[in-house]
Amino acid sequence: MALVLLLAWPPGCTASGQAAHENGPSARATSQAPQAEGLAAWNRIYSVLSHPRCINCHTATNYPQQGDDRHRHFANVVRGAEGKGVVALQCVSCHQEANADSTGVPGAHAWHLAPLSMKWQDGNDRILSSAQVCGAITDRSKNHDLDGPGLLKHHTDEPLVLWAFQPGRDIEGRPRALPPLTHDQFVAATRKWVDAGMPCPPIQ
Amino acid sequence: METYELTVNGRRTEVIADPGTPLLWVLRDELKMTGTKYGCGIGACGACTVHLGAIPTRSCAVPISLVGSRPVVTIEGVGRDPVGRVVQDAWVSHDVVQCGYCQSGQIMTAVALLKAIPKPTDADVEQSMGGNLCRCATYVRIREAIQIASGQLK
Amino acid sequence: MRRNLQDGADPGWNRRAFLKVSAAATGGLLVSLYLDRFALAQEATSAAAPKVYPPDAFVHIRPDGTTVIQVNRLEFGQGIHTALPMILADEMDADWSRVVAELAPADAVYADPVFGIQMVGQSSSITDSFTQYRELGARTRAMLVGAAAARWKIPEGDCRTESGVVHGPNGRSATYAELAEAAALIPVPKKIRLKSPNAFRLVGTKTRRLDSRPKCDGSLKFGLDLDVPGMKIALVAHPPVFGARVKRFDAAAARAVEAVRDVFEIPLARGTGVAVVADRFWPAKQGRDRLRIEWDLAGTERPDSGRLFAAYRDLARTTGNIAVARGEANAMHAIPESRRIAAEYEFPFLAHTPMEPLNTTIRLDGDRAEVWAGSQFQTSDQLAIAEVLGLKPAQVAFHTEMAGGGFGRRAVPDSHIQREAAAIAKRLRGVPVKLIWTREDDVQGGYYRPMHVHRVEVGVGSDGLPTAWRHVIVGQSLVAGTPFAPMLIKNGVDSTAVEGAADTHYAIPNFHLSAHHPASSVPVLWFRSVGHTHNTFVMETLVDELAMRAAMDPIEYRLKLLKPDAKRVRSTLTLLQEKAGWRRSVPREHAVGIACVQCFGTAVACAAEVSVEEKRPRIHRVTVALNCGLAVNPLTIESQFQGGVGFGVTQLISKGAITLKDGRVEQRNFDGYCPPYMKDAPAAVDVHIVRSDEKPTGCGEPPVPVIAPAVVNALFRLTGKRYRTLPLTTL
Repeated sequence: MALVLLLAWPPGCTASGQAAHENGPSARATSQAPQAEGLAAWNRIYSVLSHPRCINCHTATNYPQQGDDRHRHFANVVRGAEGKGVVALQCVSCHQEANADSTGVPGAHAWHLAPLSMKWQDGNDRILSSAQVCGAITDRSKNHDLDGPGLLKHHTDEPLVLWAFQPGRDIEGRPRALPPLTHDQFVAATRKWVDAGMPCPPIQ
Repeated sequence: METYELTVNGRRTEVIADPGTPLLWVLRDELKMTGTKYGCGIGACGACTVHLGAIPTRSCAVPISLVGSRPVVTIEGVGRDPVGRVVQDAWVSHDVVQCGYCQSGQIMTAVALLKAIPKPTDADVEQSMGGNLCRCATYVRIREAIQIASGQLK
Repeated sequence: MRRNLQDGADPGWNRRAFLKVSAAATGGLLVSLYLDRFALAQEATSAAAPKVYPPDAFVHIRPDGTTVIQVNRLEFGQGIHTALPMILADEMDADWSRVVAELAPADAVYADPVFGIQMVGQSSSITDSFTQYRELGARTRAMLVGAAAARWKIPEGDCRTESGVVHGPNGRSATYAELAEAAALIPVPKKIRLKSPNAFRLVGTKTRRLDSRPKCDGSLKFGLDLDVPGMKIALVAHPPVFGARVKRFDAAAARAVEAVRDVFEIPLARGTGVAVVADRFWPAKQGRDRLRIEWDLAGTERPDSGRLFAAYRDLARTTGNIAVARGEANAMHAIPESRRIAAEYEFPFLAHTPMEPLNTTIRLDGDRAEVWAGSQFQTSDQLAIAEVLGLKPAQVAFHTEMAGGGFGRRAVPDSHIQREAAAIAKRLRGVPVKLIWTREDDVQGGYYRPMHVHRVEVGVGSDGLPTAWRHVIVGQSLVAGTPFAPMLIKNGVDSTAVEGAADTHYAIPNFHLSAHHPASSVPVLWFRSVGHTHNTFVMETLVDELAMRAAMDPIEYRLKLLKPDAKRVRSTLTLLQEKAGWRRSVPREHAVGIACVQCFGTAVACAAEVSVEEKRPRIHRVTVALNCGLAVNPLTIESQFQGGVGFGVTQLISKGAITLKDGRVEQRNFDGYCPPYMKDAPAAVDVHIVRSDEKPTGCGEPPVPVIAPAVVNALFRLTGKRYRTLPLTTL
């Protein structure tokens, strides 16, 4: 999920996704697609989004995470104004257009952080709930104005999304842990969810 | 083993190397250009920093197979760049180095910073230089030398 | 003027320090070094004649006027590559702009005058070689003047020297280059007169380093950069647990890597490993990565940080070997509980991680060998290599290379890297080989600053000053089992473990200090400022706590508590008061912490301005006052103190610790073990030197111990918490 345009996090808007409910699920859900199936599809999507291969770059802070334990990325790399690092320490200072298995550095086209509007963690690096992430993803004021088909295309084509499913090997030659779905399964779940009107689980 | 064409400091050259060989070791072992240093091999210290296609790049992280046609500039060549020369001179006049092993990487990083931001703030300096390790901790003089160099740039 | 250093002629040893070579029980040579610095100091008035060092081993004047000065110890950043030549060139009245410095190879003539071996450590370079290099410069000058006087047939007293030229009456002059050949024939004068300090032209001035430019343009070759024709690269797979041995290994996949030449088992200082030899670094690494090794862990200790700390804490509750027992043993009983402080401190293993990974290049050619290494211990390293190769030391030409950082890591009593390299060179006969330790090897390979536990009880008098102090230190001995043991272990106490506490400059009447030195298979080594790294932290945080209890200013309190004869420390605290007036008016979320130390003769006091940012200490400014006697190069000194206080932050960094779990080191590289980056180090450091003409003492290590306690003292004022377990994980 690489939304390049910087979207300011609207003041007063918390990560609870409450703002999302204004044009949220109840407004979009139709009576044709069963709500339960849509929510089940969302759960499968969320299982991928909350996996380290995705969420490590969807931070709420000025740094990315790395590893399955999601620790702060070494060498003090920071977000920078556009999520690409700072002028003399950019993401692409190390991360190239493809995985570098011989050096253990993952890579894909235009490696960079998801914007803060697409943060899926809180300021203490704790993963947000399924409801909160769903709310953020479906909020067009935060998600680069993507509608359902737009989200589907994003999940299908975006290089950094694709990367998560072919994440290469680490410095010790071990393949990185994969998300719980294959890319095809992820796309299928997204299609199902979009068809169901992108329902979100209720905020607890 | 494959053959790769490289442009290093303006000179075209050819090397034969395993595709996974990091650019760092191609420079050091094949081209005998030892100014670019091996400090950690995992991109954590910055001693291996070169300019790859004008982007400051940690050469230990990039296998030769991913370099492509992007030109490489190393510490041996950066002095031909006007900003590079000013930075090196500031480093010398301000007596920055101690053991000196990290300084190739520090200078390459500082040059990239000053080329993009000729008048950097303290925060700019700290963010851009903040990933380069100096075990002698010459950081105070690095900060000062960057401002000295900045003062000499238009 | 150049002596042939290959002829093996022995210029004679300093009478007060001698090498004793004896066969060890296990066979081979064991070098016992009988050195007693304390006895030497007492012997200062003895009638033994001082050694006359031959100028031609130290100074070479080329026909073009270039003056090459040999530096008798390793340069690894501390600046003696410039400072020692300054001293010689000043007395010699050389033209400084023509001076070039070289790192001398291993040779008896380059031994440290006090220690009697060629070495660098304990911040002793200037202390031990100041007079030596002055005399060398003065002798060289005298010989040049002698040659001019003979040429012009005039009394030597009619000549004067300046900037590489001898001037005679009536406008005559001759350059040193013109006179060099004739000067070499003049007998080396035994008695010479040294300049009076106010005649110094270089010493005492801010002088830029001689090695800056090549370190800034990529041209300077460190040991790791050397390329000897036909050279191979060797990496060694080391045991994952200290002391383990190779049970069996499968080299098929390793040998299948193109350019891998050989794979074989070698003995190590502890256990055995597998060496991979290849044409280049990358195939050597690929080969090593593809080794399949089964390790025999039988009989290994498998040290574990958690278990060790628990054991150390238990030991700390018992009295150890007595280091100091001053005053009344029962003084604490007389002090009410309300006026006692009890504190326990924990310090982890620390790794030096100099930026240049360890390396040695050796070529064995029949009955000769050549070595290139950035070694802090050339004499013993040369001996160790000779022993492994079956040669005499005189058959081993040992070149000293510029090193990318040392901090003590390149001064290893067991010469383990050199022995590893020699074992490989022996097998490769005639082919030069460069052994490289990768960063992973370095982080996991041991030779750490030991872990320590301290337990202290302080009894406070009614005047707020400590009257009773009972202190137990637990930590591995650095020198047990090494040739330094007889010199440094007394009554079962390793002096390197208690320095900074045992010799405290505070007047504490009833002072009891003891130490336990548990043995462990973790190799340990001196780490820049050695015992002061932990002892100063304990002393300075406790003294700060006492100052707060007494509601006194922390500098005033220390001044009051100082022993009357602690003149150098007093001078630095006084200078600090003068230069750190800013500490009275720092921004609201900032606090200031104070600490001081006397380390290897140099006194340091500092004030650190700290705030908390992202749950970490942010050090905005440090003011340092120091007294090192005569300041030879104030510019180098400023750099050493700016860098040293940055280095000293190592102890505080949350990922700045080495930990072991069931025998395995948990950290691998700079991702898991993080030295200070720019934002961890102080943003600004101003350095002030007490004016002094006393004999100079060193500046390499003294800056290090003060910063961690100063920062933690400031943090207490911000958070109300005392931080006695390092590193700081969260505030």
